[in-house]
Amino acid sequence: MSSPNDAGTWKGPAILVENVHKSFGEVRALSGVNLMVEQGKVLGLLGPNGAGKTTVVKILTTLLKPDSGRVLVEGRDVVRSPAAVRDIIGLAGQSAAIQEDLTGRENLDIMGRLYHLDSETRRRRTNELLERFDLLDAADRPTKGYSGGMQRRLDLALSLVALPKVLFLDEPTTGLDPRSRLGMWEVIRELVAAGTTLLLTTQYLDEADELANQIVVIDHGKVIAAGTSTELKNRVGGDVIQFEVVERSRLGEAAETVKSLSRSEPVIDYEGGSVSLWVGNNGSHALVETVRRLDSLKIHTEGLGVRRPSLDDVFLSLTGHGADEAEGSSPARRRRGSRRHQKENL
Amino acid sequence: MTIANTKTFEALDLPSPPRAERLKLGMADTMTLTRRDLMIWVRNPAFMFFTFIQPVMFVLLFRYVFGGAIPVHVPGGYVNFLMPGIIAQSAAFASFGTAISLARQLQKGVIDRFRAMPMARSAVLLGRLLADAIRLVVTVLVILGVGYLVGFRFSNGVLAAIVMLIFGVLLGVTICTVSAFVGLAIKDEESVGSFGLVWLFPLTFVSSAFVPVRSMPHWLQVFAANQPVTIVIDEMRSLALGGPLALHAWESLAWMAGIAAVFVLLAVRAYRRAT
Ligand SMILES: Nc1ncnc2c1ncn2[C@@H]1O[C@H](COP(=O)(O)OP(=O)(O)O)[C@@H](O)[C@H]1O
Ligand SMILES: [Mg+2]
Repeated sequence: MSSPNDAGTWKGPAILVENVHKSFGEVRALSGVNLMVEQGKVLGLLGPNGAGKTTVVKILTTLLKPDSGRVLVEGRDVVRSPAAVRDIIGLAGQSAAIQEDLTGRENLDIMGRLYHLDSETRRRRTNELLERFDLLDAADRPTKGYSGGMQRRLDLALSLVALPKVLFLDEPTTGLDPRSRLGMWEVIRELVAAGTTLLLTTQYLDEADELANQIVVIDHGKVIAAGTSTELKNRVGGDVIQFEVVERSRLGEAAETVKSLSRSEPVIDYEGGSVSLWVGNNGSHALVETVRRLDSLKIHTEGLGVRRPSLDDVFLSLTGHGADEAEGSSPARRRRGSRRHQKENL
Repeated sequence: MTIANTKTFEALDLPSPPRAERLKLGMADTMTLTRRDLMIWVRNPAFMFFTFIQPVMFVLLFRYVFGGAIPVHVPGGYVNFLMPGIIAQSAAFASFGTAISLARQLQKGVIDRFRAMPMARSAVLLGRLLADAIRLVVTVLVILGVGYLVGFRFSNGVLAAIVMLIFGVLLGVTICTVSAFVGLAIKDEESVGSFGLVWLFPLTFVSSAFVPVRSMPHWLQVFAANQPVTIVIDEMRSLALGGPLALHAWESLAWMAGIAAVFVLLAVRAYRRAT
């Protein structure tokens, strides 16, 4: 194997997605998506439900063919050489694809067999993974008795049996409780430190912020923003005023009274009982004005303050709920925006 | 991040592995999944129920509860008439597990996972059918064991008995190919469960499995006498007890080969499409 095109000599990006379109009948899932991930980096693909994240992952992992466009993983074309792509990738999907009647160790062993590893390698790798994912104690119990967090960790371990060069994780922490989520993050961080290229999809802004070098925001099958989390925050610019309303029943009233201080709608978090408002570069004036208005209505607040925008705010502004009113203040979008916001804060 | 001003990258030109190599790995994958399915079968009480408890219950039920009321004209009486029928019925019902397991794997994303791995496409299906065949051999032996205890006797020699066993297993595998397609096409575990009843019950009960077809109303006989399950059961009965062999043997094999061929193709297509 010494041709200039030899797999070992690929020096380009680990993942390259060029102008990919994909429709399911009438539904346009992806309309012209471009992505690039350098070797050893982490891309966070961020977007709400139905944005097209899973479709991107399925195309990258050879499960779906794109209608048009070009997709390379480590230089291997997913349409022309899918087998070569499958040799070097790992995938963990939205739900844990483990066999519940079998033990953790057996699940790992079967994966090893399917990757045609010899028995010695299988045994060694199984033990390593069980240890690394904190599953040694439960290794010989049927996995149906595992907690949700343990099942996801095992699922991730399964995708690593063959030491993939490029790993795809589709919403790895969706549905996990906060503690298991932190556990997953830790494991994922270790992986990345070891040099694996990772594409991770998520609906959670803090997750992308926490794990990814580069973030790509997609909505309705289009990339609507890309950059590091700092770049994205700078793009939104300006400040966010946030406060909690002591009397929850007056949340709506509080939001209404500060509304005119911003070009965009205030975001009400009904779970947390808070209101946040993007106020551009008007931070201090808006703060004084907020205090005055709330005070005149005798609305008591807690933790009132100005903060730098979070990725949350960035997302809302990008999907039309914040900065850019002209583009996307259709009621449907706005409703989805605030629902999402509540969910983030659960 | 946009690609506009990056240079273009030429994809690597990778030859696909030689056919012989692929075949060898494909067989290894099939064996791995056969092994896995058998492990799951041994661990899962529901699957064990279909293999052991249910067939035994049916033997006892028909032998002692219904049997007395069903007049048949075969040497040795109803228990001898019954056994080939019970074997065919149990083999058919064993295919429930095939449909449910494939639907579950699709639903849970296990099959998607496999399809993103360097694994033979056919291995999930072939592995499953091979495991089914092994399971069926066990089921048929258990039924014959219980049958012997309640008075069943082969009366046509050892060779014919073995061929009967093989026919029972082949019928089971054939019906498993139909179930595999049903599971992969419907994809939803629960719907698959209920739908299984809809076609498996008429296919096995409206046949010569438990009663002579001649005892049915004429309009039902038209179906019962000519459907493949009856044809295979009649052949199994001839093998076990003696009777006209050759005619039904070829007819049975032709039916089973035809059904299996059609449904394996359909199942493979459903497998390819399912995501
Ligand atoms: N197999 C399919 N058939 C029809 N529509 C689909 C299919 N898969 C996805 N879609 C649609 O494509 C869009 C993108 O879906 P998906 O990629 O799953 O989004 P996400 O993973 O971001 O939630 C959605 O509108 C979804 O309903
Ligand atoms: Mg998804």
